[in-house]
Amino acid sequence: MDPVEDPVRFIDERTAAAPLLRKTMRYLFPDHWSFLLGEVALYSFIVLIATGIYLALFFDDSTAKTVYHGPYVPLDGQTMSAAYKSVVDISFSVPAGLLIRQTHHWAADVFVAAMVIHLMRVFFTGAFRKPRELTWIIGLLLLFTALLEGYLGYSLVDDLLSGMGLQIGNGVGLSIPIIGGPLMLLLFGSRFPPGGPHFWGRMYIAHVLLFPLLLATLIGVHLMLIMARHHTQFRESRRHTQRRIIGVPLFPGQTPRSLALMFYVAAILFLLGGLVQINPIWQWGPFEPWLATNGAQPDWYLGWLIGALRLMPSFDVTVGHFTLIPNPFWGGVLFPGVVLMVLATFPWVEARLTGDRRVHNLADRPRDAPTRTAFGVAFLSWIFLIFAFGAADRILVLWGLSYNLQLYIFRIAIWVVPPILFFGVRRMCRELQAGDRVEEIREHAEDQAEEHQRSLARAGPGTAR
Amino acid sequence: MLFGGLSIVAIAQAQPSSGIVRPTTEPATPSVQLGSQLFAANCSSCHGIDGKGISAPRAGAGDIMGMGPPLRGVGALAPDFYLRTGFMPLSSIHDEPGNDRVLFSDKEIKSLVAFVASLGPGPGIPQPDPKAGSLSEGMQLFTLHCAGCHQEDGEGGFVTGARVPPLQGLTATEIAEAVRIGPYLMPKFPASQISNAQLNSIIKFVQSLKNHDDNRGGWRIGNIGPIPEGLVTWWIAVPLLIIACLAVGRRFRRQ
Amino acid sequence: MKIWKWIVTLLTLLFGRLMRRGGSVEDAEERIVPAGTPERRAENLVLVLLMLAVLAGIAFIVVYAIYPHADQPNELLGLCLGLCLALIGGALTVVAKRLVVTEELEDDYPDVHPQAQREIAEIVHESGSRITRKKLLIGAGAAAGGTLGLAALTPALSLGPLWDTAPLDMTPWRPGVALVDENGNKMPASDVVGGTFYSAFAEGVDPEDIASELVVIRLDPDKLKLPNGRADWAPDGILAYSKICTHAGCAIGLYRNPLFPDLEPKPALVCPCHYSTFDPYTGASVIYGPAGRPLPQLPLMIDGAGYLRANGNFSARVGPAWWNVREKPTYGTNE
Repeated sequence: MDPVEDPVRFIDERTAAAPLLRKTMRYLFPDHWSFLLGEVALYSFIVLIATGIYLALFFDDSTAKTVYHGPYVPLDGQTMSAAYKSVVDISFSVPAGLLIRQTHHWAADVFVAAMVIHLMRVFFTGAFRKPRELTWIIGLLLLFTALLEGYLGYSLVDDLLSGMGLQIGNGVGLSIPIIGGPLMLLLFGSRFPPGGPHFWGRMYIAHVLLFPLLLATLIGVHLMLIMARHHTQFRESRRHTQRRIIGVPLFPGQTPRSLALMFYVAAILFLLGGLVQINPIWQWGPFEPWLATNGAQPDWYLGWLIGALRLMPSFDVTVGHFTLIPNPFWGGVLFPGVVLMVLATFPWVEARLTGDRRVHNLADRPRDAPTRTAFGVAFLSWIFLIFAFGAADRILVLWGLSYNLQLYIFRIAIWVVPPILFFGVRRMCRELQAGDRVEEIREHAEDQAEEHQRSLARAGPGTAR
Repeated sequence: MLFGGLSIVAIAQAQPSSGIVRPTTEPATPSVQLGSQLFAANCSSCHGIDGKGISAPRAGAGDIMGMGPPLRGVGALAPDFYLRTGFMPLSSIHDEPGNDRVLFSDKEIKSLVAFVASLGPGPGIPQPDPKAGSLSEGMQLFTLHCAGCHQEDGEGGFVTGARVPPLQGLTATEIAEAVRIGPYLMPKFPASQISNAQLNSIIKFVQSLKNHDDNRGGWRIGNIGPIPEGLVTWWIAVPLLIIACLAVGRRFRRQ
Repeated sequence: MKIWKWIVTLLTLLFGRLMRRGGSVEDAEERIVPAGTPERRAENLVLVLLMLAVLAGIAFIVVYAIYPHADQPNELLGLCLGLCLALIGGALTVVAKRLVVTEELEDDYPDVHPQAQREIAEIVHESGSRITRKKLLIGAGAAAGGTLGLAALTPALSLGPLWDTAPLDMTPWRPGVALVDENGNKMPASDVVGGTFYSAFAEGVDPEDIASELVVIRLDPDKLKLPNGRADWAPDGILAYSKICTHAGCAIGLYRNPLFPDLEPKPALVCPCHYSTFDPYTGASVIYGPAGRPLPQLPLMIDGAGYLRANGNFSARVGPAWWNVREKPTYGTNE
């Protein structure tokens, strides 16, 4: 009559799962905080699902025009889509609706941010190396799917800001050489704005069903791959080796910690959802293709693209009077494509360049791989500088720094700063390594001296040296 | 003759561009005469004697290179706007007018306005009535005509070559004046395009932006959308989350 | 044995801690999870945190209930719920650190399995003993599978028009189509004054049709330097350009109108998305920003009653560029 053993027996008799459960319960987690960043992303995803389900019960995915008559006076009498109106209603007329909506949006922003810092931890510790290359690829797929999913999510609202973003997305899609036009017509069902009844419903189904399923499946595969090969670990002592992992078992040690983290993540997201306003769509107003606002921006995780689009000088690549490569292609398609390709091929490129095809279960400290760390920093700085330029107009408004001057500074900086950082960081890593070696030698000498003293003491006084 | 003489004397003794030249004793009430003196001393080096304009840069008193449009026929509308917002005087003819400092007192402004209005017939100071307007109509008109430059929440922005100022804290008169003048690079909206009734609605909407009553989501973080949202994500949420990871995942102590 | 276990279980349940301290059957067997010292203070802390969490949760429910629908205090709701979650997290953290034995264990990294790998390959190879023309069969299978895949994808073409990019080429403008403002009223040319900018649309057409959307301004006709063939496109200096930016499609919502042109940047139509800037004097050619082609211009005429009408179709196709954007626009609406 054990309250634990009885249900377990019940399940095992019907599923033969007890050995698997027993093994999983004692799966070892490396005990370093940086291994929890992936979990932060996972828990943000769970909050997204929970809040998303709630919102889906109130959202109307119809683009049919309706007139608003509700508590928010500036919108009173305005014509808008039913989709937009339903979100204004969620924000003003559904009790706790605004809290859930804002939490959902914060969770999306944090979800991507968590994935990015998790990616950085994996990259800078070399955890993407054999045998974990597939896990890395799945992670990249997760990241880029999440970008698209978030974009669809906030575009569903049909407010002025996100409508402009959708307009631009259409323009960027059109810029794909040769096939852009037909492709966008296929996706949107007509020229922008999508006039037919289908597009919004498709976007909705993609956002609430197809992509969440894809994300959940990829997360599942990602976790299974991790458990199959086990986490990497830092070499914290001599006992941590390529063959032996040292860590905290899933149960009982890790479970309350992970659960605590889940509650902390949810707490932070709900606190943000309550205390910090995000995407006040009632202030943006409904979208119409002939309207625009200054200072329109995509959500932060697409900011790298607006920076790239703004940096480009004016030219279309034409062949006769065919437009082969319209201007948005470079910043909107090629740039993210290059980033994805570099990240995706990195495990194999590094293996090739270093000639190292061994299995790696020990995590590097960043300094232990100077070239990789330097490349990572340089690559990230390239992306970051492009991203930063996307806010140049607001920097002008805030601090008076000329937009044109920023344009020229950034056009140079994005090519000059990364190489400087590459060489600088690589040098720094090597210096740190050299310092470590000196430390090691010193410690070893001290140990030897101590040992010598102890052996003298044991031998007793008066012993000849 | 007397005004001209005073003007010449004033120009000859004008201080460097950052200072305002005033008569040592000013009358207690605003007057065209005071306006004329102030104009001669502070404005004529760019706007010409009696506001007839200077069409090519010309060295004025002190270290001022002067050039400016004529002010005959601008009425009371323009000087009232430019002086009350601090757009004028400019330190340099190449500066973009900014509304960060007002250099004249109310009496002086009234005097200058009276003087410039006396140079030729022109529009008077508008008398808007925002209470008669509709917030909803105002929001729609603002979105169509103004948000492209001033941003949907009046937080200002960028138009190629110039900074567009934010709109919080403006009086109804200032807003009405700006719409009708089209200062610096702003379009000049006539009554045939934005009627006085519509202008009342726009003013009502713009003034509602000041109070930010409708920031019911919490801390408004600037009302410009995703940039501050990204900053909160990376500078508040991420550090808190890292602290949470540290709290939960720190190296265990042996038990 | 079973009865003994029953007795022990019963006694354990009755005497709880006493039994544990005093020694029980479990002590005699080897433990999997090592025993740890009890920490009542940690337990008390956990209880306190959980009690506070209960209060925070109740507070959330109360706040939700007592405030009217349209006036729910977002901050208060978020604070209550967030605190409740944080407190539970705190309780779990105390459990993790002080009430649960955190073991430091060792285990092997999983092996590779060359034996199993070989056997799998062997099974597959040996299974093909009856096949004589492997490559041919595989080729045929691939062809069938590939064709099936294509067939399965084909209905996706029903999502929208595919090779027919005609919807992108169309505009609703031809000679005689009247311009209307945002309220649907026709636009007298005399109402269009210089110094400001107007939004206009094609009469009778859905205003959301991006090829219907115009920006209309009046400039000094003597200063116009329009491209060849457009000498009569701007009656009295009134110009109409597409309001949709040729870069990525945002509405051209900015108009630069210098009050003192000698010292200020010249008039320009500007897009707020990436700041493509177009010179209306020269047919909206690009003078700043990333747009790769000018805004299409619409030839205007003033009809007998003084209203503005189109005098032809746009000079070029509307909107962001695609393969065929540089051909002449066709007439039609995307209904």
